[in-house]
Amino acid sequence: MAKIELKNIRKSYGAFDVIKGIDLEINSGEFMVFVGPSGCGKSTLLRLISGLEDITSGDMLFDGERVNNVVPSKRGIAMVFQSYALYPHMKVYDNMAFGMKLAKAGEDEIRKRVMDAAKLLQIDHLLDRLPKQLSGGQRQRVAIGRAIVRDPRVFLFDEPLSNLDAALRVATRLEIAKLHHSMNNVTMIYVTHDQVEAMTLADRICVLRDGKVEQVGTPAELYEKPNSIFVAGFIGSPKMNFLTGSFAAAHGCHTLGIRSEHIDVSNEGALWTGTVVHAEDLGSDNYLFVDIGSDEPVIVRRPGKLTIPQGTRIGLVPAADKLHRFNEAGRPIEG
Amino acid sequence: MSGTLAHRLWTILFYLFVAVIVIFAVFPFYYAIVTSFSTGTALFEVHYWPVTFDTSNYETVLGGRQFPRSIVNSVFIAATTVIFALFLAVTASYALSRVRFRGRGLLLMAILAVSMFPQIAVLAGMIEMIKFLGLFNTPWAMIISYTVFTLPFTVWVLTTFMRDLPVEIEEAAIVDGATPWIIITKVFLPLLWPALVTTGLLAFIGAWNEFLFALTFTLSEDQRTTPVAIAMLSGASVQEIPWGPIMAASVIVTVPLVVLVMIFQRKIVAGLTAGGVKG
Repeated sequence: MAKIELKNIRKSYGAFDVIKGIDLEINSGEFMVFVGPSGCGKSTLLRLISGLEDITSGDMLFDGERVNNVVPSKRGIAMVFQSYALYPHMKVYDNMAFGMKLAKAGEDEIRKRVMDAAKLLQIDHLLDRLPKQLSGGQRQRVAIGRAIVRDPRVFLFDEPLSNLDAALRVATRLEIAKLHHSMNNVTMIYVTHDQVEAMTLADRICVLRDGKVEQVGTPAELYEKPNSIFVAGFIGSPKMNFLTGSFAAAHGCHTLGIRSEHIDVSNEGALWTGTVVHAEDLGSDNYLFVDIGSDEPVIVRRPGKLTIPQGTRIGLVPAADKLHRFNEAGRPIEG
Repeated sequence: MSGTLAHRLWTILFYLFVAVIVIFAVFPFYYAIVTSFSTGTALFEVHYWPVTFDTSNYETVLGGRQFPRSIVNSVFIAATTVIFALFLAVTASYALSRVRFRGRGLLLMAILAVSMFPQIAVLAGMIEMIKFLGLFNTPWAMIISYTVFTLPFTVWVLTTFMRDLPVEIEEAAIVDGATPWIIITKVFLPLLWPALVTTGLLAFIGAWNEFLFALTFTLSEDQRTTPVAIAMLSGASVQEIPWGPIMAASVIVTVPLVVLVMIFQRKIVAGLTAGGVKG
């Protein structure tokens, strides 16, 4: 449980700036997700918070206390790495106990904490195994267990699910969400490039782009009120449709955005008409790719099974109150 | 039919080729063993199979005062060299593979350059240094010079090996509160040990077999290592070369190496296959 404040944080490697001045407050007990495309600096930012990298300039405060020059082990953090980073030669128990042994904790205390964490994660039957005898999901649980044992103020997750297969990823995502609820609101910071993980886990999401904060807000805020084309395009799947030229001009903007689920198929009052050039049936939903003469086909998401065959000419009715209008700089136009 | 016949022919040729290589590699040692059990005129007759079994050569060699002493010297020198070389190489390669500092590449190249000098080129300088340090005619003269010559190889092998260890494991240890010393001893060393066994074994063999420095840096008989002691074995007269005892001594000094390699070879293979697991 710690409130983390970042004040004009910068990080450069030589002449190359990676983090270009970030101001951010992460509240105590909050689940904050850093999301962004590769190379946006999200992992670097996490490493700056962990202390594995030094801050070039700016201030980092944990509960009001400046920690710029505090070593990682004294910051009260625990980190879960993408590759698990378990010690391959140590049994699960020793992996989880290593940090506390280094901190010279008592044997009984260590045993109790390891057992508690193992029970919480249901890995108490694996304590005598070596990491190589575990499956990917079990290894990730051990890595999370190792973090829990340290009883940290802040949990840091660096893309912890990207090495797992799709099914396991969803299951482990749920585990992490449960963990956050069960651990008395410990502060968690989670890095991912997957916007679905961000949307499902986060209390608040911080979208990073090119070393700067693009937008911070709750998942709903980012989804409904993106403050740039970048955020609008990054959050949500399938991607928001963007129309330019005469389509946008008709609404008095440079770029017009509309999410795929906010378009109805109907010939009555159709704003646009076009041909279905491609269709995807996902069972619960189906996606129509409609060529209305814009640069890219407009994607329409409809519930249920696919009923409209390819090549059909259809009319599209966008929901008027769900239109996002952006100016030339990519910022939203109010009103 | 012709297909299987050709296949069989190739198999036969393959094993013939293997046999030739094995014989070429092993025969000299085999002949040394056969010779070491022969005495008198039998030494000078060509026998491909052992005809006599006479251990008197071994009794001569081991019964003398100097040869057992030289074995002790060799074991001490080789073992100490291995310990020194591994300690220095592990700590150096941690720095060279993990710590970012100016001139790291240059330093690695400089280390490699050390191994380019032929022994004979540095011999004069080395002996001056050994004398200056007051180590002439002591085991430490050999230990220092062998360590110097084995370190470039050891450092390079361990540096490349350590570079391949996942950085995240080290970072996990840092977050757990480990100092560089703890990281090296508790985290890296257990992962490195297949590499340690390989480099340690090669350092041991190098030190065990070395002749030129051992000959130059020792004066008295009781400081000699086995290669020098074997070369110094002499017969009753200048004309007589004591082939029997020389062969017996050669066999005695080779056997420990063969045993060491046999023991560790299995562990090396086991270690390498176990190490291929993702963090």
